[in-house]
Parts: sequence; C-alpha cells; structure tokens
Amino acid sequence: MKEKPDNNQQLTIQVEELSKHFSHFVAVDKITFDVQKGEIFGFLGANGAGKTTAIRMLCGLSAPTSGKARIAGFDVYRQAEQIKKNIGYMSQKFSLYEDLTVTENIHFFGGIYGLTDKQLKSKTRQLIGDLGLEREAKKLVSSLPLGWKQKLSFSVAILHDPQIVFLDEPTGGVDPVTRRQFWNLIYEAAERGITVFVTTHYMDEAEYCKRISIMVDGKIKALDTPSNLKQQFNVPDMDAVFYQIARGAQRGDKNPAA
Amino acid sequence: MEPVILHSITKTYGKEKKLAVDKVSFAVKQGELFGLIGPDGAGKTSIFRILTTLMLADSGSATVEGFDVVKDFKEIRNCIGYMPGRFSLYQDLTVEENLKFFATVFGSSIRENYSLIHDIYVQIEPFKSRRAGKLSGGMKQKLALCCALIHKPSVLFLDEPTTGVDPVSRKEFWQMLKQLKQQNITIIVSTPYMDEATLCDRIALIQNGSILSVDTPEAIVSSYPDLLYAVKAENYYRLITELGRYPGASAAYAFGEHVHLALKRDKGHLQEAKKEKILSYLAGAGIKDATLKETKPTIEDCFIRLLSRNEYERETRQ
Repeated sequence: MKEKPDNNQQLTIQVEELSKHFSHFVAVDKITFDVQKGEIFGFLGANGAGKTTAIRMLCGLSAPTSGKARIAGFDVYRQAEQIKKNIGYMSQKFSLYEDLTVTENIHFFGGIYGLTDKQLKSKTRQLIGDLGLEREAKKLVSSLPLGWKQKLSFSVAILHDPQIVFLDEPTGGVDPVTRRQFWNLIYEAAERGITVFVTTHYMDEAEYCKRISIMVDGKIKALDTPSNLKQQFNVPDMDAVFYQIARGAQRGDKNPAA
Repeated sequence: MEPVILHSITKTYGKEKKLAVDKVSFAVKQGELFGLIGPDGAGKTSIFRILTTLMLADSGSATVEGFDVVKDFKEIRNCIGYMPGRFSLYQDLTVEENLKFFATVFGSSIRENYSLIHDIYVQIEPFKSRRAGKLSGGMKQKLALCCALIHKPSVLFLDEPTTGVDPVSRKEFWQMLKQLKQQNITIIVSTPYMDEATLCDRIALIQNGSILSVDTPEAIVSSYPDLLYAVKAENYYRLITELGRYPGASAAYAFGEHVHLALKRDKGHLQEAKKEKILSYLAGAGIKDATLKETKPTIEDCFIRLLSRNEYERETRQ
C-alpha cells in the first residue's frame, strides 16, 4: 500500500496497537479495532479513559506515539491532511458560528470543505428543506433551540459527503424526542454509506449502535454488538454492562493524577 | 410551611421578552429530594437563579425557608447551598483553600461541619493541595458539592450536577445525595437524564418553561394511559418506520434495543389478539423476525407522551 487510498473499501477505520504517550503518562494504550463502511460504531468509556485523545489521533489532529491507523484509507502519520478532507466532525463544544445565520453557516463550512458554488446552492436548498428550516434560514444560529442547532450542526458536518463522521457526545442535554430525531439523522447517514463514529454517555443510545467499544484506563476492555455484550455479562441492559466494565477504572475521577 | 414554594413565577429575557419560565408553581417538602427534570432550555437554571436570589422574576412570588426571594435575599443566602451548572470554584486555589474560603465566607469553619462532608471529602482529601483547576471532572464535582455544604445549609440547590459525567460517576453522585437526605437537608436537583428521575422522591417534568407534571415518579408512571409494547427486529430502521404507520399507534419511537409502540387502550380486545395483529402487520410489511412484549412505561416514555401532547396544544393554540 503506497500513497493511494487503501482499496479495502469495507473497512473505513483500521486501528492496530495505537498508543499515545504524554511523557510518562499513557493516555491511549495499544488499542486495536476496525470499523466497517456504513457502520454505526459507539466509542464509550468513563471520564478520563482516553476517548478524546484517541479521537484526536483518528481525525489526524494529533500524532500517535506508536501503532498503526488508517482512516478512510489514509495513514494517520503521513496523510493527516487527506484524512481531514474525508471526515466530518461534530461535538457539543464545537459546532456552528452563533452570530452567523443558518445559510451563512452552511456556506461557510461548505466553502471550507471545497464545495463549488453550484454544489453549495443545491446542498443548501436540500439541507434546509430536509430539516424544515425554511422560515429560519435567515435567522442567527444563536436564536435556534439547542435541538435544532444540533441537527443543523450534524447536517453541516456531513455536507461534503465524508466517508466517516465523528460525533463527540452530540446529544447532551436535549429532550428525549429531539434526541430520537437526531438519531434518525444518524441512521439516514449510515444508510447512505457514511460511517458513524459516536461517543455518548446515554446508555440507551449505545443500544442504537451496531457495535460498541468500552475504554477503561486507555485500553479497550470490551468490543462487540450490544446484544452479545449483554449476553456475555449476563445483564439486561447496556447500563449494567458499562457499570461492570468501568467501575474498576483507576483513572479519571478516582485518581486525578491520571 | 414547606421550605421552597413557588407561586406563578414568570421570567422573560431580552427586548423580545423571550419566555423562559411560564407561570411555574410548585412546593418542595421538608427533607425531600426533589428533581427538576427537563432538557436544556427548559427553564431549570432560571428557576434556580430566582430561588437562590441571583435573579429577579418578572412576576409571581417565591419563598425559601419562609423568606421572600426579593425582600429577604440576605437571609436566604445564609441558609442555602448552591452548586451551579458551570464549575464556579476558584481554579487557582487548592482543594483545601477553596473549602476554607467558602466556610469562612459563611462565618463557619471546616471543622465545625466536617461530619456533613466527611464521606465526600475523604475521596478528594489525598489531593487537597492540588489546584481546583487541575482536577478531573468528577473530582471538581465532589469539591463543588463540599463547598456548597460546608456552611450546613438547610436547602441545597444542585443545577445539573451530573451532566457530562459518565454513568459510573453518576451512580456514585446519587448515592451521595441519598446520604445527605438522611441529614434532613432539603435537596432540589435538576437533570436532563430521565433515568435519574426515579431516584427522586418527587419530580417536576419541565419543558419550554412550563411544568408538565409534578408527582412521585411512581404516580407519573402509573398514570400513563396507553398500552406499551417493546418490539424488536433485526432491521431497526425499517421497524421504526413501519410501526410509525401502524393503525391506532399513538407513537412509535426508539428505546434502547427495542422500539416502543404505544397503543390506545380499548375494551373487548384480548391482549394476545392485539399482539398477533401487530406481528402479522409487520410480516405483511416484510419484517418477519419481529418479537414483541408488553412493557411497563418509564419516566422517559411519560415525558415523550407529555411532550407530544404539549406540542399539539401549542400548535392548536397558534
């Protein structure tokens, strides 16, 4: 495999023994997993387990200390710029510009992703129509309810039809109806073949993922479908699975030195 | 007299008079663990800020421990503890310095009320000389709780203490609250997590500034009027779409690994016949592997139902 994208189309994320050290502290400790094209993959873990560090490496924002990773067919060490062009990213903290209008935000991000004027025009119309935001198109994003912001933010993150979209706790704080509408958008994106990589603290959302991994103290302690994990631990729901796996965590809340 | 009473409190913001709290009334009983349950923007923080005398309501009245939130704000500030949603301790003071500061401001000392915070403080004590800004999220939360408690308040206000906290730490936090309740402290806590509602004595479900319901979690759940089924099939996305179109469905929505289907209760139909009907409908739509069982509603089911009714009423009013 040279500079050209990996021809293994079925795996959009391939991670092998990936690690990140901050001097003596091992934030991410040899994690290994694959994600298939169009899969909804839940990336769970306790606070301080190393999720954010791992995601930053997968997005090409932070160089790993060791191990291998190919994202959308590109190498995280040498092709970080190509990775950034082929992924979308959304988190609760970073999403849209509050003092731009809905349309301005779409144009701004579309422009950054390199869409042509013609593409921008049709994408904007389609996106506003799909979300039912016709009446809000010229309003400032700051005036929208949180749930609408999140839906818009997700749609903008996949505006350039990326191979993968990374969602870092996308649904924090919204009401249960809006949360479900948001997940409908995720399902639609996955049906279109976009790989969805999502972190969440809502354990019922973990059930919506095809497979999930649970990180504890920098390592992946479990990786399987939700139903297999429930069977394996002999518990009724994902909440109990998470509790069984993560309660022994050394890092994070019990030991702030970590 | 109940320690916290709100009477028709209303609050608007800005020139546009955006309605944040809409004629909210409720009362919290002595020693109760009372939950304000609702999403971001529902008005939870505005209610907290009014009750803790940090903000004035446009209209309505409220008392805390019998003191009026406008006239008697000084008395209220002495008898309450408040943990805001945003971390608000001094980042560049150490754990111990923060605690000492808050005790001193209230004319108390750490020693005087140490028994109250002991169980929580021992967990962060090994790091007492660390600056608060350098603590992990869960540790900050424990320190903030200690600082809110150190002057021995009789009413404790906790604004979204568990938001963004992982499920294990959330469970620990609720265990701490249970222990505090035994000290006869009245606690009002807000949360966007529906599953935490059942840990409260009573809850108020809130959305768009209005209270949808105030009762014990058990009473709210038992007043759910519909029949509720948990349905499962391999193709989740299609299952949800098809059930949404099922004749007589009040609602169909994702619920963990299942889809919840709510049906109006009616007399004369046997449960088994009803199940058969749903399954054969799904088979007709090409979903042949579906299984279903009747299930008990949770607070989240109740909230979803109240939300849709609320939306409907707003639409018809316009």
